[in-house]
Amino acid sequence: MEEPKFALQMTDITKRFPGVLANDRISLDCKKGEVLGLLGENGAGKTTLMNVLYGMHQPDSGKILINEKEVEITSPSKAIELGIGMVHQHFKLVETLTVLENIVLGIPSNKVFLDLEPIRRRLLELCQEYELYVDPDAEVWKLPVGQQQWVEILKALYRNAQVLVLDEPTAVLTPSESDQLCRAIRRLTSEGRSIIFISHKLREVVEITDRVTIIRDGKLVGTIPTSEATQAKLAHMMVGRPVSIDRRSRPALQQKKPVLVMKDVNALDERGIQALKNFNLTVHAGEIVGVAGVDGNGQKELAECISGLKKPVSGTISVNDTLITDVVADPKFIGFIPEDRQKTGLVMDFSVAENLIIKEYDKEPYAEKRLLNLQNIKEHAQDMIKKYGIKTPTDTVKVSTLSGGNQQKVIIARELDSEPILDIACHPTRGLDMGAVAGVHDVLMKERERGAAVLFVSAELQEILALSDRIIVLFRGEIMGEVDGDTADAFTIGQLMLGQALEEKT
Amino acid sequence: MSYDIIFSWLQATLRWSAPLLLVAVGEIFSERSGIINMGIEGIMLCGALCGIAASFYSQNILVAVLATIALGAIMGLAVAYLTVSRRTNQVVTGLMVNMLATGATNLLFAMMSETRSTRVGTFPIIFPQAMQKIPVLGEIFFCQPISTWIAFILPFIAAVVLYKTKWGLNVRAVGDHPQAVATAGLSVIKIKYQAVICSGIFAALGGCVLTLGEVGYFASGGMTGGRGFIVMAAVVVGGWDPLRTAIACIIFGAADAAQLRLQGMGSVIPYQFLQMLPYLITVVALTGMVKSSHVPKTWGAAYDPDSH
Repeated sequence: MEEPKFALQMTDITKRFPGVLANDRISLDCKKGEVLGLLGENGAGKTTLMNVLYGMHQPDSGKILINEKEVEITSPSKAIELGIGMVHQHFKLVETLTVLENIVLGIPSNKVFLDLEPIRRRLLELCQEYELYVDPDAEVWKLPVGQQQWVEILKALYRNAQVLVLDEPTAVLTPSESDQLCRAIRRLTSEGRSIIFISHKLREVVEITDRVTIIRDGKLVGTIPTSEATQAKLAHMMVGRPVSIDRRSRPALQQKKPVLVMKDVNALDERGIQALKNFNLTVHAGEIVGVAGVDGNGQKELAECISGLKKPVSGTISVNDTLITDVVADPKFIGFIPEDRQKTGLVMDFSVAENLIIKEYDKEPYAEKRLLNLQNIKEHAQDMIKKYGIKTPTDTVKVSTLSGGNQQKVIIARELDSEPILDIACHPTRGLDMGAVAGVHDVLMKERERGAAVLFVSAELQEILALSDRIIVLFRGEIMGEVDGDTADAFTIGQLMLGQALEEKT
Repeated sequence: MSYDIIFSWLQATLRWSAPLLLVAVGEIFSERSGIINMGIEGIMLCGALCGIAASFYSQNILVAVLATIALGAIMGLAVAYLTVSRRTNQVVTGLMVNMLATGATNLLFAMMSETRSTRVGTFPIIFPQAMQKIPVLGEIFFCQPISTWIAFILPFIAAVVLYKTKWGLNVRAVGDHPQAVATAGLSVIKIKYQAVICSGIFAALGGCVLTLGEVGYFASGGMTGGRGFIVMAAVVVGGWDPLRTAIACIIFGAADAAQLRLQGMGSVIPYQFLQMLPYLITVVALTGMVKSSHVPKTWGAAYDPDSH
């Protein structure tokens, strides 16, 4: 018999949830040894489609073929049996268990007692084979997030997955880890395994995939060979209109008026380890200072110190010559877009209107004589929804029902509408799709034009390069180097991120 | 003379700890799976009455134990159905079970008036008379009924089950990350049911040992005296670990035994205050230790299979 050509075919998959058509007759196929990119904005239906494949949802109609034979995938265990492996965007690892225990979890066997030794041997073989090294006895929560990703991949490989779905695998990886992942993917496909690579990072999709399937609003837009794809073309297909996050021309800074001044700031992280070392930084009015660096090199503490969430051990931080300790609560001074919009930025169970006034709920016009003025709150919310284009059915729905991009708009409206003199934006585009990213960039550029000082923290080099007037690179709590935004290149910044100081320019 | 008091105190410590240890073992599995079975107080109470009644009518201690296990399993199943399948609030469910149990046991006990005056068969002492007569050791250890011995071995078995078996791994994983267990192809619901039913069985057995361990009678209203709640505290203090929880249970048993003795000595302190002693110790232990222990991540939270 001839070897089947297709590892996976999904035909006309339709999946309806109450009130939403998540997948509308979507088809895709993946050949053996092929990397198929699955591209789409958040909410386009990628995750639903993959959950159908993994047996977590049952499709309302449509067919799934594995090795060109029709199958019915009724549960994840069925999917595993059929050789489908999935690495979810939010890891499905039990953090308190060791790597080995996570691997063994759910593997059918007749034994009552755990027999970890053969599993350990097999795991170490797999580590060697794919160059994804992890310590089998480490508890998962102690591993850096990149290695947790390896554990997920190894878990699927241990179950001998022939079709491996990687859902936004690079979102948490450092550049060198991404390279490592690419090598592992090459190795896997050379063995005839197939990879479905879900992402909205176009650069990676273009680099790593053989073909790309693009979906938008639950519908198939098309499938094209990657050799015919450009980033611009993919972006257009994904968003439905031309978008770009390229560097825009900008008027030069007229005068240098310092807004944020940090002098010799030292701060500790949660574990009591020094996170900022003798930190000096000045941000001027009308400039965007990009803060680059591998996550965990002091970015979080930097933002927390300026926003007043964390007290530095020593040093002074002032905004317009006023110590921040005196101005933190004043929305006219600082607008703060925090790193984690769902945990620190918003109260997910509160309505859009409530979230919009959370900074000033006890001040007029929202509160009068200790009672909330619901009419004013509602009017304010409707103004903001219109002004910032927040897509929401009403101002009374829970903010948790909004998409990530619209949640971010709620925060932006709340933080920036008072026209603060300093904006701190921490990973404001994390997890957002292209259209929303471009929207955030628009906002930050407008803030710059308005004359606000903007501190832009991001792990996305491309975005830092697109937005910043000046770029500082953090490494272990210190500024490793500073480069001009107009002349900066990714290579130099990459070197700085790894802690290699710039050679003296002569 | 004063040594005698200490010996009898140690003897009573073991005896009073036994029911707590049994109940704790079950509760650890339930809470590790994410479900706080607050109904153990009520299930314990029902188990206590069931043990007495079954022992009285059948005149057979084994029948009494089997009947208690069956009752515990049914009550555990009910709690599991409510908290796992119906996703009811676990605190409210527990309170409901406890109130129902208090009312039901009072009513049934009143209807079984003949058991009141009669002492029923209790758990036997397995060691020969000669061993019981050994000074100190005999008095403290060898005159304990078999139930005490089993109760003290059980935490070790529980530790092996929890850390060394596949089922134990499943239970630990379910409480921390149910979605991970679901994606690994296992049934979260099934594992939670098993763990909660296990807590029901052991809670009922704990109640049975409370009545049949020594005294051989049931006291209407407050037979268990909040011991189920003490166990819940002990599980937290013990960081959801069988052996550390066992130590917490023994400390409470020791305090309970001590206060009974102090009452008997005719101390100037009103007995109500002495009765508070074990509970006070528990509260102090809780405030001191709760920080350092690892809480199952979805402890007390409902699991929605549709959320990923």
